Amino acid sequence: MKIRLENVVKTFETFRAVKDVSLDIESGELVALLGPSGSGKTTILRMVAGLEYSDGGHIYFGDQDATDIPVRDRGVGFVFQHYALFPHMTVADNIAFGMKVSKVKRDKAAIDARVTDLLRLVRLEGLGDRFAAQISGGQRQRVALARALAVDPKVLLLDEPFGALDANVRRDLRRWLREIHSELGITTLFVTHDQEEALDLADRVVILKDGRIVQQGTPQEVCRDPQSAFVMKFLGDANMIAAEVRDGRAYTGDVSVDAVGVADGKAELYARPADLDWSEQGPGIAATISRVLDRPDGRRVLAATGAGEALEFDVEPERQVRAGEAGFVTLRRAKVFAA
Amino acid sequence: MSNHPSRRKPPRVGDNPLFRRTLIGIVLVIGFFMVLAPLVIIAVEAFAKGWQVYRDTIIHPDTLHAVGLTVLAALIAVPLNTAFGIAAAWAITKFDFWGKRFLLVVIEIPFSVSPIVAGVAYLFVYGLQGLFGPLLDAWDIKILFAIPGIIIASMFVTASFVARELIPLMQAQGRDLEEAATSLGASGFRTFLSVTLPNVKWALLYGVILCNARVMGEFGAVSVVSGNIRGQTNTLPLHIELLYHDYQAAGAFASASILALLAVFTIIAKVLLERQGAGRVRKTANPAEKTS
Repeated sequence: MKIRLENVVKTFETFRAVKDVSLDIESGELVALLGPSGSGKTTILRMVAGLEYSDGGHIYFGDQDATDIPVRDRGVGFVFQHYALFPHMTVADNIAFGMKVSKVKRDKAAIDARVTDLLRLVRLEGLGDRFAAQISGGQRQRVALARALAVDPKVLLLDEPFGALDANVRRDLRRWLREIHSELGITTLFVTHDQEEALDLADRVVILKDGRIVQQGTPQEVCRDPQSAFVMKFLGDANMIAAEVRDGRAYTGDVSVDAVGVADGKAELYARPADLDWSEQGPGIAATISRVLDRPDGRRVLAATGAGEALEFDVEPERQVRAGEAGFVTLRRAKVFAA
Repeated sequence: MSNHPSRRKPPRVGDNPLFRRTLIGIVLVIGFFMVLAPLVIIAVEAFAKGWQVYRDTIIHPDTLHAVGLTVLAALIAVPLNTAFGIAAAWAITKFDFWGKRFLLVVIEIPFSVSPIVAGVAYLFVYGLQGLFGPLLDAWDIKILFAIPGIIIASMFVTASFVARELIPLMQAQGRDLEEAATSLGASGFRTFLSVTLPNVKWALLYGVILCNARVMGEFGAVSVVSGNIRGQTNTLPLHIELLYHDYQAAGAFASASILALLAVFTIIAKVLLERQGAGRVRKTANPAEKTS
C-alpha cells in the first residue's frame, strides 16, 4: 500500500511539532524517519497510524484519504518502543487479540493456526504459553511484531522498535526485521534516532529536524551527499574546520578542497574522521595530539589545530602516536557549506 | 555470630542499635495502647454482662435494623462510587482536557474535608430551609432524615477511595496498552474490558474494600443528615452512640463488636488481595503495578 503525506501539520498547544511535511512512501518500501528528539518523527508516525490527528494536510493510503479514519479502522500494525504487550495474556493470546476483536469473524481453529504460523515467522515456536514477563526484551519485541502482523495490516509502523534493547540484540533484530520485510513485502515505516539503525535497515532514509524534512534519499545518497551541515553532523562523527572559499575552492592553512557551488567568503569544511590523514611532515593543517583512544578496529586520535579547533581522526592500530606530538593533517575528501 | 568481634560490622546509615531499639519500642507501645487495647476492651465489655445480654442486644430489632441499613447503604454507595472512581480515573489518566488538574483536586476534597462539614453542607442544600428544600418538599421527596440522605452522605465521604487507588497505577501504566488494543481493532468498551480492567483489578478491589469499610463505619456526615430515628434512620455507628448515651454500655459494645468484626473481615480481605497483588508484581516485573 502506497502512503502519501501532503503538507501535514501538527501543533501541540503552542509547540509546532510537525511543520508542513510531505512524503511519499512506495508500496513495499522500508523507510526510516531519522532525527534527534523533538524533531517530530514520532508524531508523524503516530499521525500515519491515526493515534494522533493532523491539524492540517492529508494522509493517503493508496487513493483513499485516510486523514480522518480512526486508528481502529485504519488497518495499520503498530509496534511500540516498550512493546506494549498485554501483561495478563500469554504470548499466543497477545498475538490472537487482534483476530479475536476483529469485525471479520474467524473460528478458533483458524486463529490458532495463524498464531502458530506467526510464532514460526518470528522464531518463537513453543513460547506461546509464556507471559510477557517470562521472555527477554528481544523476544517481547518479536511478539509485538507478530501481534501487529496478525491483523494483516496495510502498513507496518514501528516506533523506535529496538530502542530499549542492548546493542547486540539490536543488531540481530535489525537484520531479522529486514528479512521479514523481504519475505512479506509489507510497506514499513519506522522511527529511530540511531543513524546506524536507519542506514542498516532502510531502503530510504528521511532526515528530520525541528518538524521539517531536511533531506531524504537512499542510505548511499544521504551518506555520500549530505545537503547541509546538520545532516553531515547528524549521520556520524564529523570534524568542522573554518575555511575560506574563493572561486569554487575552499582553503584552510596549506590545504584546499573542491567547493563547487559554494559562494565566495567564509565557509565551514566538514570531514569524517576516516577522511583525515596524519603525517609528521607538512604540508597540511598543523595540529597537536591531545589524546589517543584505543578501539577494537583502530586508534582514534584527538588533536587540536593551531586555531584551537578540535579534530578527530583514525590511524592504523600499529601506528605509534602519543599525546603531545605535533604534526600535520591532510584531507582525503570533505564537504563545504557556506557559514 | 554477632558477638564474634572480627565479624561485627559497623551499623549502616540510620542503623544505630540504640536508635533502632528505641524506635521499635515506641511503635510497639503506642500500637498496643492506641490500637490493640481498645479492640480488646470492646470484646471484654461486650460480654461483660454475659452471653445472654450480648445475644439480646444483637437480635434486638433496632440493632438488626441498624445493621440492615448499614449494609443497604454499602450495597448502594459502594457500586456507585466504584463506577465513579473508574470513570474519574479513566478520564484523568487516558484523556487530556481542560480542567483536569481541577478535577484531581475535587476528587481529593472528600478525603481531606471533615465528614461533619459535608453533613452540614447537605443540610443547607437539601434541608427544608435549604437550597432545594422547598422544591423537594413540594414534590414530597424526602432526602434528609431519611435513607437517601444517609446514602448520599456516605457516598460523599467515600467518593475518592476507588479513584485514589486507580489514578497512580493507571498513570504509571500510560496509554500504550490501550493504543495497542485500539490499533488492533478493538472497540473502546472491549479495550476497557479486556485490557484496562484486568491490569488494574487488584487496585480496584483494594479501593472497593477500603470504600466499603469507610461506608459501613461512617459516623460524622451520616449523623448530621440521618436524624437518628431508632429503627428507621439509625445506621450501626449511630446506633452504638445512641446505646452508649442511654447508659447501655454492654449493648453499645456488643453492637460495636459487630462493626469491629466487619472491619476485621475487611482487613483479612485486604491482606489476601495484597498478596495477590504482590504476586502479580513479581510475575510482570512491572514496578508500576505496586499500588500502596
